[in-house]
Amino acid sequence: MNAKEVLKGHKSLAEFRYELGQVEKGYTNRSLYINLSDNKVESKPVTDMMKEKFTGGKGFGLWYLWNAVRPETKWNDPENEIVISSGPLGGITQYPGSGKSLVVTISPLTGLVIDSNVGGYFGPLLKFAGWDALEVQGKAEKDVVIFIDGNEGTVKIEETPIEEKDGHQIGEMLTEMYAESEDDKRNISVVTAGSAGEHTLIGLLNFTFYDVRRKVVRLKQAGRGGIGTVFKDKNIKALVVRFRGVKGDLNHPSDISRINKAGVRLHKEICKFDDVQNKMRQIGTANIIEVMDEYDLLPVHNYKYGSHPDTYKIASNVFIEKYITQGKPDGCWYGCSLSCAKAADHFEIKTGPYRGQFVTVDGPEYENAAGLGANCGIFDPQYILESNFYCDTYGVDTISFGTITAFAMECYENGIINKEITGGLELNFGNAEAAMELLHQMSRGEGFGLIAGQGIRRMKRLFVEAYGADPKFLQDIGMEQKGLEYSEYLPKESLAQQGGYGLTNKGPQHDEAWLIFMDMVNNQIPTFEDKAEALHYFPMFRTWFGLNGLCKLPWNDIVPESNSSALEPAKIPEHVQNYVDLFNGVTGRVIDKEELIRQSERVYNFQRVFNIRMGHGKREDDKIPYRSAGPVTVEEYESRRERYDQQLIELLGYNPEGRTTEEKIAVLRRHREDQYEKLIDAVYARRGWNNNGIPKINTLEMLGIDLPEVIEAVQPYL
Amino acid sequence: MKRLGKKDELCIGCNQCVDICSNTYFREALKEKSSIRVNMESQKGYDINVCSQCGECIEICQIEALYRDKNQVVKIKKHDCVGCLMCVGFCPEEAMRQHDDLIEPFKCVACGLCAKNCPTGAIFIENVDLVELVALGETATAGE
Repeated sequence: MNAKEVLKGHKSLAEFRYELGQVEKGYTNRSLYINLSDNKVESKPVTDMMKEKFTGGKGFGLWYLWNAVRPETKWNDPENEIVISSGPLGGITQYPGSGKSLVVTISPLTGLVIDSNVGGYFGPLLKFAGWDALEVQGKAEKDVVIFIDGNEGTVKIEETPIEEKDGHQIGEMLTEMYAESEDDKRNISVVTAGSAGEHTLIGLLNFTFYDVRRKVVRLKQAGRGGIGTVFKDKNIKALVVRFRGVKGDLNHPSDISRINKAGVRLHKEICKFDDVQNKMRQIGTANIIEVMDEYDLLPVHNYKYGSHPDTYKIASNVFIEKYITQGKPDGCWYGCSLSCAKAADHFEIKTGPYRGQFVTVDGPEYENAAGLGANCGIFDPQYILESNFYCDTYGVDTISFGTITAFAMECYENGIINKEITGGLELNFGNAEAAMELLHQMSRGEGFGLIAGQGIRRMKRLFVEAYGADPKFLQDIGMEQKGLEYSEYLPKESLAQQGGYGLTNKGPQHDEAWLIFMDMVNNQIPTFEDKAEALHYFPMFRTWFGLNGLCKLPWNDIVPESNSSALEPAKIPEHVQNYVDLFNGVTGRVIDKEELIRQSERVYNFQRVFNIRMGHGKREDDKIPYRSAGPVTVEEYESRRERYDQQLIELLGYNPEGRTTEEKIAVLRRHREDQYEKLIDAVYARRGWNNNGIPKINTLEMLGIDLPEVIEAVQPYL
Repeated sequence: MKRLGKKDELCIGCNQCVDICSNTYFREALKEKSSIRVNMESQKGYDINVCSQCGECIEICQIEALYRDKNQVVKIKKHDCVGCLMCVGFCPEEAMRQHDDLIEPFKCVACGLCAKNCPTGAIFIENVDLVELVALGETATAGE
C-alpha cells in the first residue's frame, strides 16, 4: 500500500507541541521524555551537573537510565528505558565521523547496561529538532510510531497499522510516509528493529539515512546487546525524526574556525593517505580480513584457530571487485570523508522471504565477514552478504549471530546437540545453508532459531540441563562473557586483548580496547604495568567518542604523516589534539587532553558502579572463557604445537618432550589463567578500583562522580 | 567547457584579480575571500591558483550539492550544501575555498570579471573540450 495511505490509518494517541529553541554550543539543554504506558510526553531540562559530570551522549543515557530503573529491573520491565543521545559534538558537519547516536538500555542478554554507538542521521537530527536526548519508557499496548517534527515543533505518538516487520521495509515506508518530497527524504531518519526482535534476545536497532545518490534508504546498526528486543517489547514500530535545514553551524559553536581547520586538515589527510593506509574509502573495515588472517587473529571455527587456507575467498579484494559499488563515498553522516560505510547495490537475494529481489546491502564490515563467515567456517562471499542483509533487516546482531552459530556448530560437531535437537539443521562448520535457515527461523520464531536466539549463556544452561552437556567444556568454548557474545577477534595470543575484552563494562566488545597489535605484533606493552596503562588509557579515550556523538574510526584508521615520529604513536597525538580543539571549539569550554580522559573516567566509573548496583560489576564478572585465552582442545593445541611447546620451554622452563597434549594443555592453561589474574590486579589498581573491581571512594571523589547514590551503591563492597 | 585559463609567466602579481573576485562576491577586498589566489612565494615566479573545473569535487560530495552548469562550469548549490568541507580537503588543485565567515565553500565559476581586468592577459576565459580533458585524465565526470 502507498505509504501516505497507510499514514491515514494512523490513530493519534498523543500530540505534544514544543518551542523550537536553538542549540547553544552543542547543547539544546533539554531532553524529550516519552512514556508509552500512559502516552505522557514532556520536556526535561539538561542540567549543568549533567553536562559537567556526564558530558553527553552515552553519559546522558546512563544518567537517565540510572534514575529510571531499580536494582531489580529486568529488560522487559516497563521502567526500562531506551535512551538515544548524540552528544555535544554530534551533528557538526566539518569533521569526519561526527553524526553518531548512542543508545543505552538494560540488555536482555546481560541484565546490565548496554551501550551502542550507531551511525545514520537520527541523533543529529534529534538534536537539531531541539533535543539532546530521547528517553523512552513504558510499553505501548499496540504498535506505535513516534514522530518528531523538528521544524513544526511537534511530537506525535500514533498507533500504526503497518504490518511490515523488517527493518529495510519499515525504513523505506516511513521515509516515504513522512517526507514531503524526494528532496525532503534526506531530512528523515527512522529507528526500527526487525522481525527477529520479537523472538530473540539479540535484536538490534536500525538507524536510517537517505542516500541521495543511490536514492535508497540505508541502514546502520546499533547492534550489540539486544536493544532491538527491548524496542519490540515496548511495541515500538519506529521512531521517526524530521528536520530540514542542516548546516555546518547548527550547533552554534563557540569558535567555528577551530572546527573548520581541524576538519579540512583531516579531509586532506584522508585524501592523501587513505589509499596507501587502510583503504577505508574503498572497502571500509573489511580491509583487515586478510590482515587478521595473516596474523593468526581471524576467528575460525568458533575461535579455535586464527587463520584458514580459504580466507582468500572472502578477502577484501573479492568484495571490492565483485560486490561493492566503487566511486561513491559512503559516509553515514555529512562530512565523513573516511566513508567506511559500503554498499553492494543490486544484490540478488537467493533465499528466504525476499528471494529474487535486488537489494542494497550495507556492508560487509569486517565483523560480519569474520563472524558470519570465517568463524562459522563459511568462506562464501555471497552467503556473507546475504546473511548480512538478513541480519540487518530481521534486526539481528551480526556479531552475536556469528558467534552463537559458531558455538552451536562446535556443539553439533561434538555431539552435544544433534539433528533431532536442531530440528534437522546440520550445523557443521561450513554449512551455509543451515546457518541461513537458522537465521530465517529467528525471524519466524521457529525451531532451533528460538534456542539460538537466546544467546550463548542461556544455550549453555539448556544444553547442560536438558542434554547432559559437560558444563566445564561449554564454559570453555562458549565465547560469551557477562552474557554478551565476543566480537570477532581472536585474543588468545594477546594477554592485553584478553583484558581488552574481559575488563569491559558491557561485555566483550572491542570498542573499548583493541590492543592486539600493540601487544602482540609491535610488542609495545611488554609488562603488566604497561598493559594496565594501556587498559586504562585506551578504554577511557575510546569512551570519549560515545560521550560526544563521534565515531572512533577517524581517530586511528587514518594517521598523519608525522605520526610514526610522535612520542606515543599508538595514541595518534595529533588527532587527540583535533578532538580537544573540536570540544573546545563547540562548547567554549577549555579542556586539555588530560581532562578529556577524566571526562571519560567519570562516566566509565559510573557505568561500572551501575553494573555493581545491578548485582554485577565485580571480579567474578570479569572472568573469561578459556577459549579466549588459550587452546581448549587437543586439535587446537596441535594446530599451533610449535608455538605452544616453545612457550612452555621459554616461559615456564617446562620440557614438553614426551608429554601428552592434554598434559601440556593443562600446564599452559595454569600459566595463562594466572597471567590473566595478574593482569586484572594491575588494571584494577591503575583504574583506582579495589581487588574485587569496585571503584574506591577516593577514585570517585577525585573524579567528581561521588554522587551520594553512587557512593551508596559501592559502599557495601568496600 | 568554460573555465578560467592562466599563463603564470605573464602574471606580475598585481593582485587586481584577487580584489575584484572578493569584491564582486563578498563586497570586500580580502584575499581569503577570493576564488583566485596568486602565490607570490614561488621561486619560479608567480603561481596562479584557481579552479580548473576538473570536477573531482562532484564525486566527493555525498549529497550532490556540486554540479556542472550548462557551460560545464562546476557550481555549488548553496541551498543543498551543508558545509562539510570535504570538497575543500579533496580538491586536487587546492582551489576550493573556505572562509570561517561562511558556512559553504566557494570557488571560481569562470565569470571572467578578473580576466577582463588583468593588465597582462595572464588569466583569460577559455573554452576547452570536456571530452578531450577526460581523455587526458585531467577531469572527472559524475557517475564514474
